[in-house]
Amino acid sequence: MAEIRLESLHKRFGRVVAVRDVSLEIREGEFVVLLGPSGCGKTTVLRLIAGLETPDRGRVWIGGRDVTRLPPGRRDLGMVFQSYALFPHMRVFDNVAFGLRMRGVGAAEQRRRVQEVAELLQIADLLDRYPAQLSGGQRQRVAVARALVVRPQVLLMDEPLSNLDALLRLHMRAELKRLHREVGSTTVYVTHDQVEAMSLGDRVAVLREGQVVQFDTPTQIYDHPADRFVGSFLGNPPMNFFQATVDPEDGSLRVEGVKFPAPAAYAEALAERRGGSVLVGIRPEHVSVGAGPLRGEVLVVEPLGAQKLLTVRTAHHVVKVAVGPDRALRGGDPVALGLPEAHLRLMDAHTERALPRR
Amino acid sequence: MDEHRPRVLAAATPYLLVLPAAAYLAVFVVYPMAQAIRLGAADPHTGGWTLEHVRRMASDLYFWPAVRYTLWITALAVPLQVVLALSMALLVNTRFPGHTVFLYVCAIPLAVSDLAAGLIWLSLFTERGYLNAALVQWGVLRSPFNFLSHEHPAWLVGAIVTTEVWRATAIVMVVLVAGLQLLPRDYAETAAVFGASWWQTLRHVLLPLLRPSLQTALIIRTVLAFQLFATVVTLSGRLVPVLAGETYFWYTLYRNPHVASAYATLVLLLSALFVWGYLRTLRPEGEGT
Amino acid sequence: MTLRKLGLYAAALLLSAWVLVPILLIALAATTPREDLYRWPRPLWPERLSLEVLSSFARQEAVLRALGNSLAVAGLTIVLATLVSAPAGYALSRYRFRGREAVQLGILATKMFPATALAVPLAVAFIRWGLYDTLFGVALVHTALSLPFVILIVASVFRGVPAELEEAAMSLGASRVGAFLRVTLPMALPGLAAAAIFTFILSWNEVFAATLLTVNHRTLPALLVHSVVAEGAPLHYRYAGGLFLVLPALVIIFVIRRYLLTLWGVTVR
Ligand SMILES: Nc1ncnc2c1ncn2[C@@H]1O[C@H](COP(=O)(O)OP(=O)(O)OP(=O)(O)O)[C@@H](O)[C@H]1O
Ligand SMILES: [Mg+2]
Repeated sequence: MAEIRLESLHKRFGRVVAVRDVSLEIREGEFVVLLGPSGCGKTTVLRLIAGLETPDRGRVWIGGRDVTRLPPGRRDLGMVFQSYALFPHMRVFDNVAFGLRMRGVGAAEQRRRVQEVAELLQIADLLDRYPAQLSGGQRQRVAVARALVVRPQVLLMDEPLSNLDALLRLHMRAELKRLHREVGSTTVYVTHDQVEAMSLGDRVAVLREGQVVQFDTPTQIYDHPADRFVGSFLGNPPMNFFQATVDPEDGSLRVEGVKFPAPAAYAEALAERRGGSVLVGIRPEHVSVGAGPLRGEVLVVEPLGAQKLLTVRTAHHVVKVAVGPDRALRGGDPVALGLPEAHLRLMDAHTERALPRR
Repeated sequence: MDEHRPRVLAAATPYLLVLPAAAYLAVFVVYPMAQAIRLGAADPHTGGWTLEHVRRMASDLYFWPAVRYTLWITALAVPLQVVLALSMALLVNTRFPGHTVFLYVCAIPLAVSDLAAGLIWLSLFTERGYLNAALVQWGVLRSPFNFLSHEHPAWLVGAIVTTEVWRATAIVMVVLVAGLQLLPRDYAETAAVFGASWWQTLRHVLLPLLRPSLQTALIIRTVLAFQLFATVVTLSGRLVPVLAGETYFWYTLYRNPHVASAYATLVLLLSALFVWGYLRTLRPEGEGT
Repeated sequence: MTLRKLGLYAAALLLSAWVLVPILLIALAATTPREDLYRWPRPLWPERLSLEVLSSFARQEAVLRALGNSLAVAGLTIVLATLVSAPAGYALSRYRFRGREAVQLGILATKMFPATALAVPLAVAFIRWGLYDTLFGVALVHTALSLPFVILIVASVFRGVPAELEEAAMSLGASRVGAFLRVTLPMALPGLAAAAIFTFILSWNEVFAATLLTVNHRTLPALLVHSVVAEGAPLHYRYAGGLFLVLPALVIIFVIRRYLLTLWGVTVR
């Protein structure tokens, strides 16, 4: 097991800057998820760690070793590719044993270790097959087994579940979690699925246009997004945002002409912004329905089973609200909305970055 | 460990890999190309430039006939090949049961050389060949007709064109079949839904979409047609002179590499000229290259 | 059977006959006894077939030597063309690099350069280099002629093997070369074999350069051209020669029939 340190990595492809100034410190044995929309550079970061790309600038450290110029094979890592990249001309056994062979492990030891990892991943009875004879889920397990068998210090996975159907994905997610607990290798996992990120990651690094915008625990990222982008990228439906003005006298907030008390934690940050404007964010499940100063009209009601999702139009905003399943509301109904002070997240109106809390 | 080596090597790798091929082509294609021009335009004794060889080529008895026949045969064979190949390709494209066998049969001449094709058709066209045997047997002719004699240049050219069409239609067909396979099937079906007839669909939908493939096919065929040699030589000897044939005769018979090179250069120039012409006139609208 | 279908099959049959009948006829001509060949009126279907013409053709020493030469030249060409084109094809399929378009354009341009234009200056140069009238010299020229095509085929073969497989091998500890040898090469082997066969056909069939570059070491096509043009060989000799040229090509093209479209399709793109 080893920690990974990325020092201001830069990588460009022609005119596209894929990764700009990415620095991360990943602890020993940690499960870190790289999350972000398509094309934000997640794969490139992973490939930089793997050594499949060389950075234009910056360094990669694994286990205290500067591996920036080391070829992938000498970085002591295992990688699971999105397409699994199983060797089609080799049986499952030979696929899994490939890394051992490259390391000159003896035949008996090879067999023992392949068997061991095959049992861990429940593919022991597939070892004689060719990849073409496996289902998607089985291929995925083989790919993980192949990466794990060399007991790498670092395990890298690039959207390993994205080719599976929804049910299998749920199942494999739990499996990967169990596996990480058992094997304990430092893991970097790429996905654009926020649910996967939240459920798997010890910490999540949110990327946007090649930059890390926030690197923190899932709860922290969900509760305290670093900026508007993170707030709307995580959470389904995303965070609601209101334009608000800061009262010049007492520093309270004014949303659609209605006065709200400002959260105490932001008092200092708001003091500088009196008379200016801010963005007010709130998660749909935190908007209170029935009592409150904001007036609106229900546009759409979506029953989702465990909850109902309302789309409400207020004077200047369209608000997503999650309510209990037995709330009897229909399209066209007038509603009153409240914005509980404790759940408000304030951001700069221009930079859209979270205001400092005390 | 040397810090910079892998990086530099990685950047140089593709060039190192391409280098052998580039060097090879430079020595065995580019150099002889230049050499052909030099041989055709240089005085062997003084080494200075001269038009002597070109003049000798142009004043040769066979020169203008060779130019004329080469162009004529090309002009006759290429359109026939395209039409025939298009029919084959469209047939294959209907995917009738057995179309794979049909495709294979049509592709057989791909592996037949021009020399072999000439010998094959010789067995038909020669005075005591199958064609005469059949025509006499069926009472069309009273006595065998010599298709391959200098008295009937039209028949000679006809025999050569037939052979060329037979041999080289296959490559055009492969280009067109490949082109057709790239087209989504819905195009033709959409047109059919709008009530277009088969002919209208072909004319207004398929052919325009096939344009790039047709262009490729035309270029290849025309360039190859200028290299016409073994077919002509086997069927007519030197009765129908062509440019490549004259190159051969000047080199082996008259042992004059200079005039031979002048011919070679001419073939080169003609090919380049036609490729350029095709690319200009057939370029699809709205596309850069 | 609808009328449309009937027309379809009729057209297919007609076109097939157009291709096949001449080949059948040369086979027939080459297996007709010599005296029947020159008799008139000539029966449409020979009364008997014999291998006499073919076997006497094949027993001539010059023919045997030419056959051996043809095979040797083709073999040499395959080796040379593979060695030179494989790295280039690999680079084109795997790397983006400055000058890539230039390389592709160069390949396209050399494809257009006819053997006709190359052969004379090369003959002159080969005399100086001591390569004239050697099998190696002919193989060198055949390699040059096939190179642009083979590079394109090889590039498309390598493109068929995902780069990710190589990367996976590298992440598991293989070097770049090791990854190529253990993963890409085994998977590309059938495609490379097809490329080799393509090269064989090209070399086996090449007439012009072989004719110009050899005197004593003629390949089969060169020998045939020489005997037809310079010596006016009799008809039965020509027929036998024709069949000899066609047969291996037929066999080979039958073996690789599944790759036909891919092979030739790639080379003409
Ligand atoms: N080899 C390459 N050549 C050129 N551009 C590249 C290359 N690899 C990536 N890019 C570009 O770099 C940017 C980041 O790509 P990357 O693959 O890292 O994104 P990603 O976050 O993994 O996206 P996705 O979720 O779609 O996989 C993209 O704009 C992409 O087009
Ligand atoms: Mg990706």
